Amino acid sequence: MVSRWHMKYLIKGGHVIDPANKIDGIFDILICDGKIEKIGKDLGIKRDEVIDAKGKIVAPGFVDMHVHLREPGREDEETVYSGTRAAIKGGFTTVACMPNTEPPTDNPAAANTLRAIIKKDAACNVVIVGTITELRQGLKLTEFLRMKEAGVTAFSDDGSSVDDWALLAGALSEAAAQGLVMIEHCEDKKLSAGGVMNAGFMATKMGLKGISGASEYERVQRNIDLARKKLSGIHIAHVSCKESVDLIRKAKRDGVKVTAETAPHYFALTEDCCAAYDTNTKMNPPLRSKEDVEAVKKGLADGTIDTIATDHAPHTDAEKDVEFDSAPFGIIGLETALSLAVTELVDKKVLSWSELIMKMSANPARILRIEKGALSAGSSADIVIIDPDKEYIYKKDSIGSKSKNSPFIDWKLKAKVTHVFMGGKPCLL
Amino acid sequence: MDKKTAWTKKDLLGLEYLSREEIELILYTAASFKEVTTRQIKKVPTLRGKTVVNLFYEPSTRTRTSFELAAKRLSADVINIEIETSSVKKGETLIDTGRNIEALKIDIIVVRHNCSGAPNILSRAVKARVINAGDGWHEHPTQALLDMFTLKSKLGRIEGLNVSIIGDIAHSRVARSNIWGLTKLGAKVTVCAPPVLIPVGIENMGVRVTSDIDEALGDADAINVLRMQFERDGLTAFPSKLEYFKQYGITNDRLKKCKKDIVVMHPGPINRGIEMSSEVADGKNSVILEQVTNGIAVRMAALYLVAYAKEAAK
Amino acid sequence: MKIKEKTRLLDGAAIDRALGRIAHEIMEKLKSVEDIAIVGIKNRGAYLAERLAKKIGAISGKSVPVGALDITLYRDDLTEASDQPVVHATEIDFDIGDKKVILVDDVLYTGRTIRCALDALIDFGRPGMIQLAVLIDRGHRELPIRADYVGKNVPTSTKEVVEVRLAESDGKDEVVLCEKE
Repeated sequence: MVSRWHMKYLIKGGHVIDPANKIDGIFDILICDGKIEKIGKDLGIKRDEVIDAKGKIVAPGFVDMHVHLREPGREDEETVYSGTRAAIKGGFTTVACMPNTEPPTDNPAAANTLRAIIKKDAACNVVIVGTITELRQGLKLTEFLRMKEAGVTAFSDDGSSVDDWALLAGALSEAAAQGLVMIEHCEDKKLSAGGVMNAGFMATKMGLKGISGASEYERVQRNIDLARKKLSGIHIAHVSCKESVDLIRKAKRDGVKVTAETAPHYFALTEDCCAAYDTNTKMNPPLRSKEDVEAVKKGLADGTIDTIATDHAPHTDAEKDVEFDSAPFGIIGLETALSLAVTELVDKKVLSWSELIMKMSANPARILRIEKGALSAGSSADIVIIDPDKEYIYKKDSIGSKSKNSPFIDWKLKAKVTHVFMGGKPCLL
Repeated sequence: MDKKTAWTKKDLLGLEYLSREEIELILYTAASFKEVTTRQIKKVPTLRGKTVVNLFYEPSTRTRTSFELAAKRLSADVINIEIETSSVKKGETLIDTGRNIEALKIDIIVVRHNCSGAPNILSRAVKARVINAGDGWHEHPTQALLDMFTLKSKLGRIEGLNVSIIGDIAHSRVARSNIWGLTKLGAKVTVCAPPVLIPVGIENMGVRVTSDIDEALGDADAINVLRMQFERDGLTAFPSKLEYFKQYGITNDRLKKCKKDIVVMHPGPINRGIEMSSEVADGKNSVILEQVTNGIAVRMAALYLVAYAKEAAK
Repeated sequence: MKIKEKTRLLDGAAIDRALGRIAHEIMEKLKSVEDIAIVGIKNRGAYLAERLAKKIGAISGKSVPVGALDITLYRDDLTEASDQPVVHATEIDFDIGDKKVILVDDVLYTGRTIRCALDALIDFGRPGMIQLAVLIDRGHRELPIRADYVGKNVPTSTKEVVEVRLAESDGKDEVVLCEKE
């Protein structure tokens, strides 16, 4: 028996796609002591444990920059333990956990506490996102640098936008000076107040209060203006509507350091899916129109939208089994993201495999400024192996997340994660 | 009228979900039940041994009374459950309540709820039959059916009629159900409201949209005047009751310019002097009290049809 | 289920003769037509009631009130019925109180329809008496009910079906014995 620290694995004959290193072909990958030792042709070394990856795609482990792990405070919905295992099932080896917990991650002590939980329970890398303002109330900035020292990688008041222009301007000045990552949830709550789905004919027909695209894109516009003024970067979370995509595209052309993400449901579903009042179609921002879905796809194709993040938002059945108006927003997404992206984007020729993998690994790593999302020699072996043609039915009892709030249950999906290496160790799937 | 489509639906959730033939079957069945309500003994044994629960999350004396009478005239046992809802009070969930009621071995739940879609959610959770007695801004199918029944008995037909619905379209389940039902039966529907009370995309439901009351009244064979609820928070965009009455209130002066036999309907309760004047409400064109009477026959028909529905093979 | 025609029991002329005979029997038995009312059970019983009323009117020279009864709401098999029956209107626009009501149906079989009709009639008031006239009595009663006037008695098996066809609903008058296959 070889001891763990000299364990070598060989992933043999897979189609390796590593956009960051411009690798796209049939190669073997040799893993040694948790790190990628070598990528090459026919690395036949004796007595290694060999994974036959023939016919499969081998890629850098995915990075999801928008996940709610709910710990501390809502351990009934999800925990670091359960959420990171759901992440692994979906092929993610790094997730960024949003700070809208109870209490929120808005000070160094809270970050330290969370870091300890992550060290103890996490099955994958977890990047901590701290709040921009105390208690996410939008009144007073948090201590960015002290939180950074405590392990916070990015900042967001996710769930709310920072309403106060001056306050956000201050945060972006800091970000520009200190090289911090700022993520904005774009929503003018005066415009969206009381809304539960996209404003439009479907909402009219169903008798539900709408959330207009304007409540999102007017904030996108403001954030772009502020980033331009402060020469700072800003990342726009969960882009859902056409106007937002257009604004971000133009800003990028103008040289503003804006980046953007969208979630799988914004390209896989439309507001029509709400028709039966299934509360698993209620999210914020809401599912939009067909035109918006097309715009999001176009934004992904032309590079306006940099990354696909799940906005994995677990809620218990008890919370979701209520009236549409009363249900909380959000769905889980870690375990379905890849399949939905393959079905809606790769199969429909919106993105190539290489472009998809880039948007799920190298790009979010670059935005978060972390050393992830690539298969470089010497880097931590975070690797996902995918059977691209495997079809399966997504069953409720197969869900790894503690919560089961997915509109995709019983859907026939395609492309399945078969192996994940996390820090050079194979994870059980 | 021997060959009728068979009723195969467990529930009556809204007119959007019904075919023209199904709507016509309800109206036809209601005509038969109307005769029962004119007898000396206004009761038939049809639902003997069945239990109807009126589950009301919103206070409503008139709809609840109408359903209660309808059920009693069919010899069903009736239980009324009123549940107070406020955002502060967090009680049992709708689904838990539904399942608990069902455990009492009841047959039909008539549900009124302030949230749109609550009857849809409830109907999936229970095996009992569910009738929507009004949900949020979504649908109020039995109200629209009794409006159509009244219209048909007054004018002999629905097909080809010009019907204008006037008032707060945005927040009205009565408007939505009437639009579905009337357009399916071939009427030409106009909705008329101040611009802030016209919901996005309503024209996609196959209606003409206007904010000009004269246009709405001009060619109308019938009007359905909705109750204005100024206490509702969404109405802050409209200045005042008096301003509304001046612009949209139905008065004798306005009626004079309409077709002579124009039918004036109102789902009640009326705000006299806001959506219509007293002369109009009590005038010769008003069928408001007939609507109330017809409501019982229509609800008897709905109860009978869902109670004995042979569900279509799935 | 397929149904095969076996024999024609009555043709149009025979139906007319049977109704004529019943009309005479009624007048003989009840002496006066003053307080007679005829109520047919929908659908075909109602057509027969109309015809019977005309015959009595022609013989007596006095018009007899006639009504139509839909018994759906009184049925005891609504849960079991394979298709949900459509409820048709009942049309009795006269007071049946103290009247001698002749209830009319096409075929008397188990007696359950008549039971429903009796319940329904009594909800309209308190008739002086109710008598029953049927065109065909095919036996197999499941309730203690018998007809006062019968056009034709036909011994049948339970596999057989008696189909009464009338001009008003079927385009021609005849009664046919059929068998379920």
